[in-house]
Amino acid sequence: MTEGYNFAYLDEQTKRMIRRALLKAVAIPGHQVPFGSREMPLPYGWGTGGIQVTASILGAEDVLKVIDQGADDTTNAVSIRRFFARTAGVATTTKTAEATVIQTRHRIPEKALREDQIIVYQVPQPEPLFRLEPSRVETRRMHGLADYGLMHVKLYEDIARFGQISIAYDYPVLVNQRYLMSPSPIPAFDNPKLDRMPALQLFGAGREKRIYAVPPWTSVQSLDFDDHPFRAINAPHPCGLCGATDSFLDEVVTDDQGGRLFVCSDTDHCAERRDGGHVGTEGVA
Amino acid sequence: MTLISGRGLRLRFGSIPALVDVDIDLWPGEVLAIVGESGSGKTTLLNVLSGRQAPDAGTVVYTDPQGQPHDVHTMPAPVLRTLHRSDWGFVHQDPRQSLRMNVSAGGNVGERLMARGARHYDHIRAQAIDWLEQVEIDADRVDDLPRTFSGGMLQRLQIARTLVTHPRLVFMDEPTGGLDVSVQARLLDLIRTLVARLGIAAVLVTHDIAVARLLAHRIAVMQRGRIVETGLTDQVLDDPQHAYTQLLVSSVLQA
Repeated sequence: MTEGYNFAYLDEQTKRMIRRALLKAVAIPGHQVPFGSREMPLPYGWGTGGIQVTASILGAEDVLKVIDQGADDTTNAVSIRRFFARTAGVATTTKTAEATVIQTRHRIPEKALREDQIIVYQVPQPEPLFRLEPSRVETRRMHGLADYGLMHVKLYEDIARFGQISIAYDYPVLVNQRYLMSPSPIPAFDNPKLDRMPALQLFGAGREKRIYAVPPWTSVQSLDFDDHPFRAINAPHPCGLCGATDSFLDEVVTDDQGGRLFVCSDTDHCAERRDGGHVGTEGVA
Repeated sequence: MTLISGRGLRLRFGSIPALVDVDIDLWPGEVLAIVGESGSGKTTLLNVLSGRQAPDAGTVVYTDPQGQPHDVHTMPAPVLRTLHRSDWGFVHQDPRQSLRMNVSAGGNVGERLMARGARHYDHIRAQAIDWLEQVEIDADRVDDLPRTFSGGMLQRLQIARTLVTHPRLVFMDEPTGGLDVSVQARLLDLIRTLVARLGIAAVLVTHDIAVARLLAHRIAVMQRGRIVETGLTDQVLDDPQHAYTQLLVSSVLQA
């Protein structure tokens, strides 16, 4: 642990302020709570909201896992993991099952989370209505009155234009039958995992200065129409490395001859399966 | 039982009296025209009646279908909002004010249905198409954006969007303003047919005496924030009593 920093970088007053916002957010599932977002030593859009939430909930005994698009080994994930290893001295891991706090960008791990785990999402845009209604005064009023017809207008437009709801990520959800919420830019494939998840889910948007939360075992429903129900979209392939057919896949271009490889976006899940003896068509036993 | 009634309405904008002791009643199924020159307080009265603007003094009472009276200006905001998107409708002079210009015609008509909780795509779409046809817009334009529509079509689209939830009461602010004469005539004909067929009550603000004569059962003449004369349309227009009404009626150009 590097000397000269307070535990987990943020000062104690800031952490208290964020914890107060978190408590309020947990008390009103899906409601966006404003908080005094601080400058962090990384640029906006890289997870300043998530990193502040993580910093304020982290304890010395915690084991931290950070993923970016499901991967443990990308720049964003590696940097944030190392940041907390240095400023808080906490243990870090890439194994979903071993982590107590998971900070994530754009994915939920494939392995089901437990009640003793917390997942922290990095959120670029907390307001699900922002493309439809430019005024924040008006969107706040709409949240206050649970007036969410406009979101369905967007879904209607999708079906009228494309024959189906064409939202592939950041698919809007209704939390606890009350608040419309952006689940952060996770693929729509991950939306069913939000519903009645045993783990506490915290969402931090640093630039927009908003925190919201979904307590454990809370209902989270993806918006849809009765005759056009929500569908989780995924590439129709097995993972090339581990052969999994039920995980979310990344498409990797392998050459300029049209070659491509579909692999699990959750690197920990894929590695665990390969260790267990599963081999895909492109994998090595 | 009146549908909506205002008593002792008073409102000032600084030193300008916009409403002075206005009493007004609207009965179910009735079309009431509020006429008067610019700045006489017509639109202000409409806004106060519809709860969009609070008066300095006075009350507006709305009677719901169950016969329960509600004070429009003390009812909770969610209730007023629900009224505005189900039992009530508002037709603006400029349809761009209420239409969503980047949403297709069908989406615009369906929005009120979805806001009320409709969650079946095919039903919403069928109702949207039905209403487009009722306001004489081709059904195959259902997926077109309003910006490709003419001014008259936009106004008809706004009417379809407002009437799709079968409101009991529609507030109209100069619905034919800014349209050329032939389009205006068609639109008036359409409004008259729809209002009569659906039994909608309407408060219609207009400066155009001809529009009032064609659509309204009753007429209220406003001048400087006061209602100076009120009565059956033909009675007021054929035999105006107040000096200002006489001036207003005589200043209409005969074609």
